[in-house]
Amino acid sequence: MSTVAERRGRAEAPAPGGPRRRGQGGAPGVRRSEPFLYVGPTVILIGVLLVIPVVTVIGYSLFDNVITNPNPEFVGLAHYAALLSDTGFYTAVGNTLFFTIVSVAAHLVIGLVFALMLNSPLVGRTTTAVYRTIYVLPWLFTVAIVAVLWRLLLNPNGVVNYLLSFVGSGSTEWLSDPSLALGTVTFINIWAGYPFFMVSLLAGLQGISADLYETARVDGANAWQRFTAVTLPNLKPVIISMSLLDLIWTSQQFALIWMTTGGGPVDATELVSTYTYKLAFTKYEFGAASTAAVVVLVLSMILAVFYVRHQRAKE
Amino acid sequence: MTQKRKIIAGMSAMAAASLVLTGCGGSGGDVDADGNVVIELAQWWEPELPDGELRGLIDEFEEQNPGIKVELLSGPYASTREQLVTGAASGTMPDVVGLDGSWVNDFAKQGAITDLSALMAEHDYDDSTLASQVEVDGSTYMVPAVNFVYPLYTNDALLAEAGVDQPPSSRTEFADAARAITELGNAAGTAMPLSLETPSGVQNQVMSWLWASGGSMLKDGKPDLTNEGVVDTIEYFDELYQDGVFAPGAFTMKEQDMVEEFTNGRVGMMVDSLAHLTMIRESNPDLEFSISALPAEDGYDGKRGIPYASWGLGIAESSEHKAEAWKLFEFLMSEEANAELASMAKAFPGNTESVPDFVEDDELMAEAFDIYQAGYPANEFTGLPVAEDLMRQMNEQFQSMLEGDISVDEMLETTQESWSAEF
Repeated sequence: MSTVAERRGRAEAPAPGGPRRRGQGGAPGVRRSEPFLYVGPTVILIGVLLVIPVVTVIGYSLFDNVITNPNPEFVGLAHYAALLSDTGFYTAVGNTLFFTIVSVAAHLVIGLVFALMLNSPLVGRTTTAVYRTIYVLPWLFTVAIVAVLWRLLLNPNGVVNYLLSFVGSGSTEWLSDPSLALGTVTFINIWAGYPFFMVSLLAGLQGISADLYETARVDGANAWQRFTAVTLPNLKPVIISMSLLDLIWTSQQFALIWMTTGGGPVDATELVSTYTYKLAFTKYEFGAASTAAVVVLVLSMILAVFYVRHQRAKE
Repeated sequence: MTQKRKIIAGMSAMAAASLVLTGCGGSGGDVDADGNVVIELAQWWEPELPDGELRGLIDEFEEQNPGIKVELLSGPYASTREQLVTGAASGTMPDVVGLDGSWVNDFAKQGAITDLSALMAEHDYDDSTLASQVEVDGSTYMVPAVNFVYPLYTNDALLAEAGVDQPPSSRTEFADAARAITELGNAAGTAMPLSLETPSGVQNQVMSWLWASGGSMLKDGKPDLTNEGVVDTIEYFDELYQDGVFAPGAFTMKEQDMVEEFTNGRVGMMVDSLAHLTMIRESNPDLEFSISALPAEDGYDGKRGIPYASWGLGIAESSEHKAEAWKLFEFLMSEEANAELASMAKAFPGNTESVPDFVEDDELMAEAFDIYQAGYPANEFTGLPVAEDLMRQMNEQFQSMLEGDISVDEMLETTQESWSAEF
């Protein structure tokens, strides 16, 4: 906290004194408004794109028949009570937790493994460049392409089942079987997202001084000990930042689910995002949808607070 | 230095001002530089028609109506719907809108689309030529411009190979044919697109079978899902599903996927929109297939309801140019323009006097026209509140039932209960 206070102190100190000290040229009114002109665009941008929508949605969550009716009715916390007593919402929350935690964990492990492989001194420069390009490919596709691609691959008559038919198992309904669907969409999300981790971790790895490994070697550390005592501690800030960001992003994934399963079969892949979308755009219950959105906002805020704290601690 | 700071501060101020202006701006611009009134027509039709054809039709309108220009706002079906939902919410709905029957109730109740009955009366319009009108509380809010019927498509080669010499016309014949095709081993008997992303499979491929046998899922405008006709229809599908005659992946299959499977000869029979006829022919010119009426319950000899989907027309309540919007509406529903629209869409016209050109030179379309005329257009979801959500609720229960988690009776009772809450 002291760091924050100090930084605030530094930032605020020159503001009142600054213009007075300069004291020459221009009318005093212009000089006084100058700082506001600098911050103006950002303040307006944040206000228009962030504060107003968030406040509006919070307001909507307290009313019934918002948007669809010119005179919405104030219902207080009724939507919150209804949402928290809806079993469908808990299914969505459970699915979202599974989807998010498994995705982030797998992103981290796969990203780290690939980054370590690409950073290995045993691999030549050209080979590294080629593999780096290949490994990063999934990240370059937009969600729509990823969804269509995997729908085709995992179609019951698709490539995956064709290849599996050689080992005697070729009739799996990857996305349509309620017991497999959530695992399948999680797998697709893992595939699409690990390069983000890989690239960041690779940058982190390249920043670790070779002297540290050298010293560890001299001290007799084996490969595993060097990994746990040198690599991981040095990567920790990157890992924590990436994981928190990924948790926030993955928990809000909508397009991939919507375009592959639509939240089905039944409710097997219903996430909080698809649940909210359906409330808004097929039930036209914008008040209830806003309530679900506010709950997601609060959950995301908790993660965001951790992220910001971590970033500050780093500074 | 001071000069530089002033410039930067000035630029910041301009940026701030422009941000505010873009925030406040938006609509407007409905009269162009030449003094023409510009109206907007939002629809999902243009992307589904051959390039430039809809624009060509609109150009004809502009020629006939100097002083009016029409801007086409075209997008896929789902994004058009979202655009209209948000437009309805913010009061910025385009002047003339393409509508699906399942959206009408919600937009009408919301006051987003205008009462066409009132407009017709105001302009002394003769509505006797309109094939159908979609009403809410006794007033018309949508007029179908063209109708796409959903007949039964059958793959001739697969049927012949399975020893079936003509398309099935009863449920038993259909079930037998589906089993026989599935037993061949290289294709599925039929397909059922139940994706929850667009839950219309429940309407077009499930409940349509009920309407084909003269049944109804409503009673006095309220849900009546536990009647014998509905129970028989759902039990019929359950039996077929347990027999494994549906192409795999039904729970996430979209209508488009089903059409591809049929086009590639991996599905023997499907209930699908006539709108896909051209695409199937172009994708697989060698495929020989027939079109026939939906099979009905054994022994049923009454008129068969033909499921249909519409490209409907409505006018925004918030439109500042209702007179011009009405002219466009009138033009699109006129005998000649409506026939043109129907011809390019390969659909049946919403004006009973229009004759699309394909009826004369396309054998399959002529066949479909006969089916259309022999039956009656039936789609009970049209005009219902939150129609798409009703389909989704039923779809989820239907999937649970097919999975064996609940019985047919439980499925229908649960759906009846959740539907009743929406009415």
